Amino acid sequence: MKTEDNQLDLWEVFIQSKSGLPHIHSGSVHASDVKMAMQNARDIYTRRGEGTSIWVVPSKAIKASNPDDNDMLFDPSNDKIYRHPTFYIMPEGAKNI
Amino acid sequence: MHNEHTDSHFQKRIDDGEHIEPKDYMPDGYRKHLIRQMSQHAHSEVIGMQPEGNWITRAPSLRAKQILLAKIQDEGGHGLYLYSAAETLGISRAEMIEQLHTGKAKYSNIFNYPALNWADIGAIGWLVDGAAIVNQVSLQRTSFGPYSRAMVRICKEESFHQRQGYEIMARMMKGTKDQQAMAQDAMNRWWWPALMMFGPHDIDSPHSGDAVKWKIKRESNDTLRQKFIDKTVQQAELIGLVMPDKDIKWNESKGHYDHGKIDWDEFHRVIKGNGPCNKQRLDHHINYFNEGAWVRDAAEAYKIKHLKEELVIA
Ligand SMILES: [Fe+2]
Ligand SMILES: [Fe+2]
Repeated sequence: MKTEDNQLDLWEVFIQSKSGLPHIHSGSVHASDVKMAMQNARDIYTRRGEGTSIWVVPSKAIKASNPDDNDMLFDPSNDKIYRHPTFYIMPEGAKNI
Repeated sequence: MHNEHTDSHFQKRIDDGEHIEPKDYMPDGYRKHLIRQMSQHAHSEVIGMQPEGNWITRAPSLRAKQILLAKIQDEGGHGLYLYSAAETLGISRAEMIEQLHTGKAKYSNIFNYPALNWADIGAIGWLVDGAAIVNQVSLQRTSFGPYSRAMVRICKEESFHQRQGYEIMARMMKGTKDQQAMAQDAMNRWWWPALMMFGPHDIDSPHSGDAVKWKIKRESNDTLRQKFIDKTVQQAELIGLVMPDKDIKWNESKGHYDHGKIDWDEFHRVIKGNGPCNKQRLDHHINYFNEGAWVRDAAEAYKIKHLKEELVIA
């Protein structure tokens, strides 16, 4: 028999630790709606001044890339070395470039 | 193309020091081992709130009450971090709770001992959290990403737990003869169960082979236990507590303390359900889970009502 899921929906929590910095994934919470998700995220992940801003996102709304596609997605494109600044030949004596 | 869905490719990633993330290929045994260990760890955090929760209303000062409340709230949070980390492996929180209630999943044996008086709150923070910290610091380097990240977060919060416990012990050791005797008595009762928290000796440890190979476990039970002993002896002596083990002795050549024999018969007796509080701890969890059902149902009903209203407006 399958266990009935009575633990509310899953949400992912992203926290910005300081203004100017990106929001970073901190973990998850269970909550029935966005208000509860926000409250739970606050209580669970920012009890010690860990953040200045919280995002909560329903976990279902996040689509993660498949590790099987990593070769294709994250190929370093070593044949396209002109993407790197070191590819270019600067005139002798050029400064601050 | 090389096949990434093989145990040998998985093992190579582990050997290279890579972390494993939830969607990566992993052998069935790895997943099972993690679910067992992480859910047990989560249950321990939550069940561990009970012996201390018992003392919130009887804390000797407002300061002590606030500290204890904050500590117990942290432990609830630790449980939640770990449940979510375990959920990434494909088990639901409802299933984990069901396994706790049916006895299929365990929690740390230490919480089957009672907190008899205020000195026990000191001993729990100092020794039980102290032992847990040694284990958790090591687990920060565990190979499963979500588990490792949860451990990093937990370790940041734990050091206050141990310090508040040690502060209680230190204050009682500066108090009256009776208070000193209470602190020593709590030390005597919690010391051996705290040593048992690290699990059986390495030679008797049935699960650790794979766990070490997969880098779920980074240091052996005995290594971790020894670290805890080496740290604790000095702290005890400093405040005038006597180690409740006459064989504790500094071993110059090893650079560690020697210690006496651990009573594993007691350990197995308690694990099998015959400890002082096994039934009480589980009954309490089951009762609150059942009594709280209406809150979860009401939250779901409220959500559905508002979803319908949104649909009407749109
Ligand atoms: Fe904890
Ligand atoms: Fe703790």
